[in-house]
Amino acid sequence: MAKRALLVILALSLFGAAPAQAVPLPPGSVAPSFVRPDLAGKPVSLKALRGKFVLVDFWASWCPPCLIEIPHLIALKTQHAGKLEIVGVSMDDDAASAKEVAAKHPFNYPLVMGDVALGKSFGGVLGLPALFLIGPDGKVIKNWRGEVPPDEIGKAVAAALAKT
Amino acid sequence: MIRSLGAVFLLLLSFAAPVMAQSGSAPTIPQTALIQPADLAAQLQRGETPQLVQVGFKVMYDEAHIPGSIYAGPTGKAEGVASLKQAATSFDKDKPLVIYCGCCPWTRCPNVAGAWKTLTELGFKNLKVLYIAENFGADWAEKGYPTTHG
Repeated sequence: MAKRALLVILALSLFGAAPAQAVPLPPGSVAPSFVRPDLAGKPVSLKALRGKFVLVDFWASWCPPCLIEIPHLIALKTQHAGKLEIVGVSMDDDAASAKEVAAKHPFNYPLVMGDVALGKSFGGVLGLPALFLIGPDGKVIKNWRGEVPPDEIGKAVAAALAKT
Repeated sequence: MIRSLGAVFLLLLSFAAPVMAQSGSAPTIPQTALIQPADLAAQLQRGETPQLVQVGFKVMYDEAHIPGSIYAGPTGKAEGVASLKQAATSFDKDKPLVIYCGCCPWTRCPNVAGAWKTLTELGFKNLKVLYIAENFGADWAEKGYPTTHG
């Protein structure tokens, strides 16, 4: 037994560093209660949105599928006004890039700047786009990674709202 | 109806095209220049460590990257290409070199094609591009392959 454990430790050490945390928060997990300023400096609190459905969208100006999703998310927010909130988290290295995108779309939801810490608090955002649908109780209902057909997100939101 | 759909498609493309146009598309990289994640992980496990270069975005590199890899990106932008060219002055052309990104799905990656083209033009012949189908998290980190951060 001890010999086997030693072999496992040896194999892990030979294989390299310990894996970074990298599994996005699965359904049922409590979403982190972050507070970040939006691009205009106004604070955005995820905790303050408890009681509503919230879609947290990790995106970046350099991510083509993220940019494609934006008009659909704007439409989704309009469609479910009062019931659904969306928070866009830009993973750009600088706010200027996010502001350039913000100027091109009629955003009806706040955009905040993300970073490594915020990505890790959601379990690891190691690729974009990444979205998390959070329920009124603050728990993750569903997450998506990579390019997702916009209607799939819309259907999941509609299904979640229909249960209330 | 078809005309409306076409207009919507063109509108969406107009938002995404500037990002894609800066570097070309990852699928233009020859298949022979690709290395699969499992194959690279096996190489690392055998101690056959190539020169490793992440050509994506800094926040992604800081969150997780392959141990031993340096950051030289993002090559979808002119400043990223300049950064890669600068970094390449210290690369050994006689040793295997693997570049990777993993920011976005392969067909959407704005970085790897530009990096591959730049290094090829600089005369790197022992060059491979890590094929990451979805993203670095799904295709590398979550597979249990060696990953570090910071």
